[in-house]
Amino acid sequence: MMEFLSGISPGIEHWLILSALLFSIGIYGVLVRKNAVGVLLSAELMLNAGILNFVIFNYFITPLIVDGELMALFLIAVAAAEAVVGMAIFVAIYKHKKTVDVTRLDTLKG
Amino acid sequence: MNEGFFIENIWLIPGIPLFSFFIVGFLIRPFSRKAAGIAASSAIFISALIVYSVAWDYYQIFSQTGAYPVVIPWTVEWLHYQEDLSVYVGVLLDPTSLLLMIVVTTVSALVHLYSIGYMHGDDGYGRYFTYLNLFTFSMLGLVAAPNIMQMFVCWELVGVSSFLLIGFYYQKPSAVAASKKAFVVTRFADLGFLLGILILGYYGFLIFGEFDGVALSGIADQSRLQPFDFQFLNHPQVLAKFSEQGELFGGISLLTLAMVLIFAGAAGKSAMFPLHIWLPDAMEGPTPVSALIHAATMVVAGVYLVARLFPAFAASGTALLVVAYVGAFTCLFAALIGCTQDDIKRVLAFSTLSQLGYMMLALGVSTMASPLGYTASLFHLFTHAFFKALLFLCAGSVIHAVHSNEIWDMGGLARKMPVTHLTFLIATVAIAGLPPFSGFFSKDEILAAALGNQHPVIFLVGMLVAGMTAFYMFRIYFVTFWGHARSQGAEKAHESPPVMLVPLLILAVLAVVAGFVPMGSLISIGQASEHHGINWAIAIPAVLVALVGIGAAWLLYAGKPERVSALVRLWGNLYILVKHKFYVDELYLFLTHKVIFRFISRPIAWFDRHVVDGGVNLSGWSTRKFGAVLSLLQTGQVQSYGSWYVLSAAFFGLLLWMMFSGS
Repeated sequence: MMEFLSGISPGIEHWLILSALLFSIGIYGVLVRKNAVGVLLSAELMLNAGILNFVIFNYFITPLIVDGELMALFLIAVAAAEAVVGMAIFVAIYKHKKTVDVTRLDTLKG
Repeated sequence: MNEGFFIENIWLIPGIPLFSFFIVGFLIRPFSRKAAGIAASSAIFISALIVYSVAWDYYQIFSQTGAYPVVIPWTVEWLHYQEDLSVYVGVLLDPTSLLLMIVVTTVSALVHLYSIGYMHGDDGYGRYFTYLNLFTFSMLGLVAAPNIMQMFVCWELVGVSSFLLIGFYYQKPSAVAASKKAFVVTRFADLGFLLGILILGYYGFLIFGEFDGVALSGIADQSRLQPFDFQFLNHPQVLAKFSEQGELFGGISLLTLAMVLIFAGAAGKSAMFPLHIWLPDAMEGPTPVSALIHAATMVVAGVYLVARLFPAFAASGTALLVVAYVGAFTCLFAALIGCTQDDIKRVLAFSTLSQLGYMMLALGVSTMASPLGYTASLFHLFTHAFFKALLFLCAGSVIHAVHSNEIWDMGGLARKMPVTHLTFLIATVAIAGLPPFSGFFSKDEILAAALGNQHPVIFLVGMLVAGMTAFYMFRIYFVTFWGHARSQGAEKAHESPPVMLVPLLILAVLAVVAGFVPMGSLISIGQASEHHGINWAIAIPAVLVALVGIGAAWLLYAGKPERVSALVRLWGNLYILVKHKFYVDELYLFLTHKVIFRFISRPIAWFDRHVVDGGVNLSGWSTRKFGAVLSLLQTGQVQSYGSWYVLSAAFFGLLLWMMFSGS
């Protein structure tokens, strides 16, 4: 089994498919999760799909420089900050409305 | 030419009232009532003095030559349309405009003076004098107009001043209605005037081009001549070109059409039948206003317009005949109604109508070859302005004392108000046409003109109306001043203050002496004026007719009321018909309410309300409905927004991909 796996070195397509899957799962989660925290988690998944792409293209296209990896590290930091802001907003909403169910946060209804 | 200072600065004549209008209206009125009256009056007095000085200089300069040309001492370009089409404002000086300026400033100055007493204690004192100044400025601008455009602008300005002053007591619904009526009727007539101006202006401009470089005889400074100028439009060579324009529909020549339309405007302002209906109602205004605007000056603007364009009217004989017959009919019609009215101001209003009819018919019967009627008309305008203003001011004095307009509330005022009585009697005799008072001379000249130019019907109408005038004027004289007091007000009546009596006395003197002005040698048109004394063959019958009228009035009204009631019973329905002014007002009401409103205005209003407004509402309604449908998409569900976003992003991504993969 291990030999089989080690015999196949995954190419750029495999990695990109993985990234696309990750992204799609993220979209699905954003669109259907009711809990705001779940929505935020899904959004993180989409962001991570993007970060993965940076790494993939850096590895396969310009393996000698590390710009992509650096950008990935930078984005992870940004995502952490973003998650903090998002969670803070959710806490504030929860204090106000006693819920973080996104289907019930519809004050923008026309 | 050695002109006097005032001829060179002739713009001062209308300029001073305009200046005073602004000063009194904006600066003085809010602070001091008394000062407003004094400032406004002194401005008009100064203007009047300048007019006298200008008249003196003008006749001094031209009396040696014996001919009195048109001079335009002052013009300023106002509107520049194109190379050879501009409109100037200026002052035109000839005997006719001088005559009108003298009448306007004199009567206006005296009315201002009188109003200081009459309007004393009235709430709108300052406002009143402001309007009066505005009117005087407009009227002077009108009579001084060297071209038809300036005349039209000032024509509308006097209409506005008249509107403002008729509606002066704006708390009174009848005054408001009367002011609206006056404005609408005269404005309706002005539509004809404007159309006439457009026709004259358009063809005048075409003809003007043909005279480029060709000298027009008798015009001093042709370089400043414009197509709208009276000098141009009245010029024989121009009128000859006009008559070459051929006929329109039904054999009416172009010039006739234009002149009849212009006459419609003149008839509206001068209240000729059938546009006379506004003048009796205009008596709702303060009495001095009636004296100034609705007797002496503004209503003669129509006569002045016809006189100003007289060569053009004469070139189209038909238009002049229209003038003559409309004038004669109004003359008779109004005199008939005047015999039956009970409101002293209304009798005077109908008498004004009748006298305006005289002036119009006098213009209508004259021709360029024998222009006696032209002179007579302006002569009558001149004398009428004084005695009719005097009559109105006396009526104002009486109303001031009795607090009623009804002649049957008065009576026995001769002893209580001696000065008013004396001046009223002088004016009454003057309008009745007894020698040697002024009305006699001018009326005699009108009748002579009518007979001399082969218009026997018009002559007979004039003769008949002379008798009727004497009758109805002496009717109100006897009822008002003779007999005994018929009401509380008449018993307690006392003479008016001196500031009101002085203008009465001055006007009374003018009403006596105005007839001795040698008008025939001062004002003429066309042929050199034929020197005309009193035509005794006409004067004696006219005086006899007037005496018959006075006698009838004395028989009926000097003390024996049962004779009147017997006569009223005898005439029955005819009397009622005349008393109700031949139901012309009712006819107008019927025409406007039942015909125009119902069959034209209502459908238009329906169209406006349902189709035009409906269209506007439809666009608003559809926008709102569309928005309501769109707002259904606005669920507030952030995840459905996300779904839309993802779906459309996918769709456009697919689209882009298909577009670029295809090529």
